[in-house]
Amino acid sequence: MGLSLSQRRRLIPWMFAIPGLLWLIVFFAIPLANQASVSLMTGDPEAGYSLTWAFDTYTSAISDYKEQFLRSFLYAGAATVIDLVIAFPLAYFMAYKAGRWRNLMLLLVVLPFFMSYVLRTVSWQLILADNGWVVERLRDVGLVADDGRVLATGTAVIAGIAYNFLPFMVLPLYVALERIDRRFVEAATDLYASRLTAFRKVTLPLAIPGIFAGSLLVFIPACGDFVNAALLGTPRQYMIGNVVQSKFLNVLDYPTAAALSFILMTIILVGIVLYSRLLGTRNLTEAAT
Amino acid sequence: MRASDRARNWALGIWSAAALLFLFIPVFLIVLFSFNDNKGRFNFTWQGFTLDHWKEPFRDPDLAKAMENSLLIAAVTTVAAVLLGTLLAVALTRYRFRGQGAAGFFVFLPMATPEVVLGASLLAMFLVAGIDTGFWTIVIAHVMFTVSYVVVTVRARLEGMDPYIEEAAQDLGAGVWTTFFKVTLPMIAPGVVAAAVLAAAISIDDYVVTSFNAGQTQTFPLYIFGATRQGVPPEVNVLGTMLLVGVLLLMGLNLAVQKALARRDRAVVEEPPSQPPTPAVPAAGPSAVAG
Repeated sequence: MGLSLSQRRRLIPWMFAIPGLLWLIVFFAIPLANQASVSLMTGDPEAGYSLTWAFDTYTSAISDYKEQFLRSFLYAGAATVIDLVIAFPLAYFMAYKAGRWRNLMLLLVVLPFFMSYVLRTVSWQLILADNGWVVERLRDVGLVADDGRVLATGTAVIAGIAYNFLPFMVLPLYVALERIDRRFVEAATDLYASRLTAFRKVTLPLAIPGIFAGSLLVFIPACGDFVNAALLGTPRQYMIGNVVQSKFLNVLDYPTAAALSFILMTIILVGIVLYSRLLGTRNLTEAAT
Repeated sequence: MRASDRARNWALGIWSAAALLFLFIPVFLIVLFSFNDNKGRFNFTWQGFTLDHWKEPFRDPDLAKAMENSLLIAAVTTVAAVLLGTLLAVALTRYRFRGQGAAGFFVFLPMATPEVVLGASLLAMFLVAGIDTGFWTIVIAHVMFTVSYVVVTVRARLEGMDPYIEEAAQDLGAGVWTTFFKVTLPMIAPGVVAAAVLAAAISIDDYVVTSFNAGQTQTFPLYIFGATRQGVPPEVNVLGTMLLVGVLLLMGLNLAVQKALARRDRAVVEEPPSQPPTPAVPAAGPSAVAG
């Protein structure tokens, strides 16, 4: 090759990077760009579509499906909070108290991942069945009315989402907690901070990157999820993912489906930025990668 | 230890055990109901123990075909994603080049995008391009969203490694590829294997993206979802359990080989390796995302 040594040296990293980057450009970036143009098209499946810059698809998509949007964020937000509450003590125990059980516990946290996702969700149909043990007990204590049910309600969908994404919350929390230098906490207690104050002023602030990463890892997939709503809910519990899926695969209304997925992405991105401001995480990618 | 401390530790322990139990109940039920002697279509109530489903897990030809597709797709996906992802990870950690930060962010993006958006936009492109969806479009989609996980996993391994070893090889006259195959690859092998197991597991398990790009092709998760209306046959539970055990065996094997290799290295060098072996597969995945 007629290249100088320094030119060739500069090409080396690209040699490694280009096959993978090219794949992601062709099958991730270009489809997203294409999706953007589809969302501005009008037409129907038979006659074909043409780009008419139909921005009103966006406004009508929002007004027609604001209920499903709100429900998506409500369910995903509720599941994220539930997971944070369940996961924090577990991650704390694994990081500081588990001793030689730590690795076993880590394995147990990720093991359910390897049982089929759809199958695990189906098994929640069995757990929350109307005449099942769980619902009977909830009736006994009066949390569910005698003729009430859990399956086919928002509660079931939230429970399913919280269950399915729990490991995504546990792992980053564990990593963040495990990384904290315990001498900071000792220093705080030596300086007469109570246990609670030391936790609130030292451990919790240092765990924030984990809380941030865990919340995103739960919230983002939960927002777009439609498996839980489809299997544990009814059309009255449908989330935006269900709408996108049926628009694409059943109704064949591609522009609306494309607009809906773009709105979802935009809201999530804006949410991430606001959330990172709220938690004071300066560098977004630093926290997430 | 003060009494209040002990009480607090007990509370934490009980909470943790309950959380793990919560994670395990569905898995336990799936395994249990693979032995259920169910009458009728639905497999929702326990009616007695039988081994029948385990003897003939592939009785339904549609299920057998779906499983075969899933395994094939996972195999092709894993090879492609590991190849592309490992090279990318090496480029991102071992070299400095213009646009590196942007490239790293770009690779991370598919993981931050809701799956329904990934699946829908890919389908839209296939429709525009006039490509029929089926086996190969599923593979394309799976490679696209598993590459990022491979990069993250392999990168975690690379970052913990001494770059001077590779520089030494190059100083001694090894070319770029010789260095990669003879030095880098053997050192990151455990990470690569972990990434492969992770990619295979994600591919076999995917429903959302696959549902958009499958056309008439059935996969294991698509079959289960489709079967929910008429009742999921217990053979599905058998196959799900087999997959779980299979992945566990692979992970265990990876760990055992790593330990054996580490022991051999210690014997040769007479001192412990500077890096502890990477943790088991999944810990390297999502936790690396968080780290």
